[in-house]
Amino acid sequence: MKRLACLMVLLCFLPSLAIGANDGYETTYSYTYDFWDEVQYSPDPYRVSDVIYSVTLGLDTAMRKPQSLFVQGKRIYVADTGNNRILEIEKQGEEYVLLRVIDHISGAQPETFSSPTDMFVDPEGNLYVADRDNNRVLMADSEGNLIREYVKPVDSTFDQSMAFLPNKIVVDSIGRVYVLATNVNKGLVKYEPDGTFTGYIGANPVKYNLWDYIWKEFLTTKEQRAQQASFVPTEYENIYIDHEGFIYCTNIVFSEYDLRSDTAKPIRRINAIGNDILIKNGWEPPIGDLQWLEGSQDYGPSKFKDITVFDDDIYVAFDRTHGRVFGYDPQGSLLWAFGTKGNSEGAFLGAVSIEHMDHDLLCLDENENSITVFTPTDYGSLIYRANDEYLRGEYETSADTWREVLKLNANYPLGFVGIGRALMRQNDFSGAMSYFKMAHDRQNYGRAYRYYRKDVVEKYIGWGVAVIAALLIVPLIFRKRKQMKEEVEAYERLRIGNRDKA
Amino acid sequence: MKDSVSVTETRLDRYLSTLRYGLYVIFHPFDGFWDMVHEKRGSLAAAHTFLVLFLLTRVLKLMYTNFQFIQAPIQYINIYEQCGSLLFPFLVLCVSNWALSTLFDGKGYFRDIYMAMCYALLPYVLIQLPLILVSHIISFDEREIYSVLMNISLIWCVFLAFVGLMEVHDYGPGKTLLFLFVTVFGALVILFLILVFFSLLSDAYGFFASLYREIAFRLY
Repeated sequence: MKRLACLMVLLCFLPSLAIGANDGYETTYSYTYDFWDEVQYSPDPYRVSDVIYSVTLGLDTAMRKPQSLFVQGKRIYVADTGNNRILEIEKQGEEYVLLRVIDHISGAQPETFSSPTDMFVDPEGNLYVADRDNNRVLMADSEGNLIREYVKPVDSTFDQSMAFLPNKIVVDSIGRVYVLATNVNKGLVKYEPDGTFTGYIGANPVKYNLWDYIWKEFLTTKEQRAQQASFVPTEYENIYIDHEGFIYCTNIVFSEYDLRSDTAKPIRRINAIGNDILIKNGWEPPIGDLQWLEGSQDYGPSKFKDITVFDDDIYVAFDRTHGRVFGYDPQGSLLWAFGTKGNSEGAFLGAVSIEHMDHDLLCLDENENSITVFTPTDYGSLIYRANDEYLRGEYETSADTWREVLKLNANYPLGFVGIGRALMRQNDFSGAMSYFKMAHDRQNYGRAYRYYRKDVVEKYIGWGVAVIAALLIVPLIFRKRKQMKEEVEAYERLRIGNRDKA
Repeated sequence: MKDSVSVTETRLDRYLSTLRYGLYVIFHPFDGFWDMVHEKRGSLAAAHTFLVLFLLTRVLKLMYTNFQFIQAPIQYINIYEQCGSLLFPFLVLCVSNWALSTLFDGKGYFRDIYMAMCYALLPYVLIQLPLILVSHIISFDEREIYSVLMNISLIWCVFLAFVGLMEVHDYGPGKTLLFLFVTVFGALVILFLILVFFSLLSDAYGFFASLYREIAFRLY
C-alpha cells in the first residue's frame, strides 16, 4: 500500500518533470515564422557546445578586435586584426588546438601585417590575407612564403586618389580573387589568378524612384543638390563563396519598405556576370526578421553582418541588429532562427563573423575575443537529415524523419511540406494535398492536385460518358417512337380516307 | 380581399421582372440604363438585392475560395467589417456623385444613381460566385483562368457604372469621366467633413462632460 502511494506521488510529479525539461520553448530563444508572418517559438536547433578563448588556446597576448573567421576542412583561421596576426586553429577530436600564429609573410614588403581584416585558404593550403591598412592582398604558400601581391588597380575605373582598403576576400576554385574593398561601390574588385585586375562584378544596382528623381531634378536648386547624396550604388557588407563558386553577398544599406517586395535584397547569390540568382520560393524573401518589436532599442530590420553556406546549400546569415542567426534552405524558406543580444553564452552582442564546420556554427565575438561553437541539437540535426534524405531520393525515410521533427515542433511548416513531397513521390496525391494545405504551400498543392484530378477524371470518365450518352440517346429514342407512331396514324387516316372515298 | 391579393401578386411580378431586367441591363447597358430611369423598368428593391448579393459574394469568396487563389486570414476576418468597408465607400461615392452632379445639371435623382450603381454590380455576382466553384476545379498552374475571369468581372462592373452614370445624368462620355474624378474628390471632402464632425462632437462632449463634473464637484 505504501509502495502504491509512493508510485502515485511519483506519477503526479512525472508530467511536471517532463514539462520542466528545457526544450527551448520557454526561453523564446529560437523560433520560426508561420504563414501569417507571426513568430512561432520552436525548440532550439542549436546549442552552445564550446567557447574558445585566448586562454584556452594558450595565447600569450589575447586576441584584440578580431574581425573575421574562415574555416577550411578542420582548420579555423582567425583574423586577429588588433594584433596584426592570423591564428590557425585545428579541431582535434573535441579539442581546439592552436597550430600557429602567422604574423608575417616572408618576401613581402613590409613583411608584417597592418590590420588584416580577412583571409582565405584554398584547398592546396595557399593563404590569402586582406592586409587592409597596407593596401594589399597577399597570397602565400602554406609555409608562409609570398607568392603574389594584389594591389590597388591601376585603371581609369578606380579612383587613384582613394586608398585601396581590402576588407573581405574570397577566392574561387580557379584562383580568381574577389575583394570587397571599403569605399568601392562598383562591386567586388576582381583579379585574375595571375594578379591582373579585370574589373568589377556584382555592383549593387542603383535604386531610386520617380518621386526621388522629380525631387532631385526639378524641385531642388543646384546648391541644394550638391549637398545631397547622389544616387550611388551601395557597398556590400560581407561576402562568402559557396562550394559551387557562387558568391553570396549581404547588403545592409536599404530602406526597410523595400524588404517585402524583394527590391532590397539583403542576401544575394551572384553568378559570374554579377546577377542575383538566389532562389526565393518561401512565403517571404529571405530578409531575416519579419516583425520587430515596437519601441525596443533594436527596432529595425535585420542587417546581415555575415553569411555562411553549408555544403547542402543551406545558408546561415547573422543579423547584427537583433543578434540573431537565420538559417534558410536552398529554396529560401526559413529553417530556423535563434539568438538574442546579451553577454551570456549563446548571445550575440559583439559578434562580427560566422562560419560553419560541417553543420556546426562558429561565431567570432570582437568584444569578448572569443569563438562560440554551436552544435545542432537533435531537433536541428533531424531537419538536416530529413533534407539530406529527400535529396538522396529516400523519400519514405525522409517522411519518417519529418514526422520526428513534427513531434518536436508541430508548428514547423517545412515538416508538412516534406511529408507532402514524400507522399507525392509515393503517388498518394490526396494525402500529399492535405499536408501541403496545412503548410499553405500552393505551388506543391497545385501540382499534387493536378495528378489527383487526373486520377479522378480517369476513374469516372466511363460513367460520365455513359450519362452524357444516355442524356443524348434517350430523347432520341422517344422522338423516333413518336415519329413512327405519327406515321402509322397518318397511314391509318389515309387508308380510312381512301376507303371512305371508295 | 381579392383586390389585395392581386396587388401583392403584381408587386412580386414587378420585383421579379426588375430583377430579370438586371440581366438585360448588363448586356445592353446603353438602352438598359436609359429605360431603367425613363421607363421605370428598374426597382429599388432589385437594387437592394443586388447590393446584398454583392456583399454576400464578397464574403463567400473570402471564405470558400480554394486556398490556392485566396489565402485570407480567416481567423482575423470580421464579416461586418468586410461588408462595411465595401458599403461605406459605395454609399459615400453615390452621395458625392449625386451632390456634385446636381450642381452641374445632371438629370439623375439620388434614387436613380443608387439604382444604376447597384445594377452595375451584377456582373461581379454573376462571375465571382461561379468562380468560387471554379477555384476548386483548377490548379495553381492554371491560375491565369482565375485571374482573367476576375478581371473581366471587375472591368465589366466599372464599365457598367460608367455607362450607368452617363445615361442617368444624360452626360457625354467626356463629362462622365471628368465627373468620376470629381466624385472621388467629393468623396474625400465628405470623409474629411465626417472626420471633422466627429472630432468636434467628441470635443463638445468632452466640454459638457467636464462642465458637468466641475459643477457636480462644486455643488457637493
